[in-house]
Amino acid sequence: MMLDNLVDITLLTMLMVHAFAIIYLRNLFAVIMLFGSFSFLSAGLFVVMDALDVAFTEAAVGAGISTVLMLGTLALTYRHTEDKQEKQPAHKPWLPLVVVCITGAMLIYGTSDIPDFGDPQAPAQQYVAPYYLEKSIPETGVPNVVTAVLASYRGFDTLGEVTVIFTAGIAVMLLIGGRRRSKNNNTTGSDHET
Amino acid sequence: MKHNLILRVISKFLIPLIFLFALYVQFHGDFGPGGGFQAGVIFSTGIILYALVFGVKTAKQIIPPFVLRSLASFGVLLYAGTGVASLLLGGKYLEYGVLASTQVAGQHLGILLIELGVGISVMSVMLIIFFAFAERGQTEEGS
Repeated sequence: MMLDNLVDITLLTMLMVHAFAIIYLRNLFAVIMLFGSFSFLSAGLFVVMDALDVAFTEAAVGAGISTVLMLGTLALTYRHTEDKQEKQPAHKPWLPLVVVCITGAMLIYGTSDIPDFGDPQAPAQQYVAPYYLEKSIPETGVPNVVTAVLASYRGFDTLGEVTVIFTAGIAVMLLIGGRRRSKNNNTTGSDHET
Repeated sequence: MKHNLILRVISKFLIPLIFLFALYVQFHGDFGPGGGFQAGVIFSTGIILYALVFGVKTAKQIIPPFVLRSLASFGVLLYAGTGVASLLLGGKYLEYGVLASTQVAGQHLGILLIELGVGISVMSVMLIIFFAFAERGQTEEGS
């Protein structure tokens, strides 16, 4: 228990340090790298909370793929902004700071109503969760409840998610896929390969 | 990065392990953490690593864009098709119990098929997105 708390506090402190570093740094390459390590720390937190599947996804997608994609975006855009540096904002961010502080205070106030972590009386544990935990082995024979829920009980949702990913792929292909028109030859022409 | 010897050697050693791990996550998702989505992402990172070290053009020769597009559609179709198959066998849509002789065996088969569909689809969509970014950068540098 003691060790759990220590790990939690360490991870959360490092998350905060990362968040402030991301805000203060102007070097976008460093910011992207910090985003990746932020995702890894979040994955660590999920592991501490026994949510291994979520941690897995966070590590693979948050720290892996999205870091690569953001680096790709940076490589595409840095010629237009000098030296991969983020521009200084034109005005002092006092109003956003006030808004963020008020929202944060409200959220922290809201946590007082949230049930304790792992509380069996919490509303989230009352509705269908006991059914899944009791019936998933006899009904599906799958030891991993997460897989049983995702693939079997909530198969429609997962089908929807796959369709969303597929649509995202199509959207990216339509937006930036294919060849780009060269700058010298600015005629409307074949800017998509087939 | 084409001429970096250390990167080339290490990545050649790592890429098969990444693929192996992706397949493990894919087919072991019933028993441990993971599943089609994570497996697809891990599999695509193997190819992305290859593309980063050996160049996007070489990677595209391994897995050409039209194959990726077909695979992305095939994954979704495999998922939806499993649902249609269970309809045709007299069950409800995505009711896997009717796919095999017993309820549990049918569930196993159904979950295996749809996880495979998810994995294939996610893998190819991730690569499509990565190649779209990478190719755009390349043509801009070339012009």
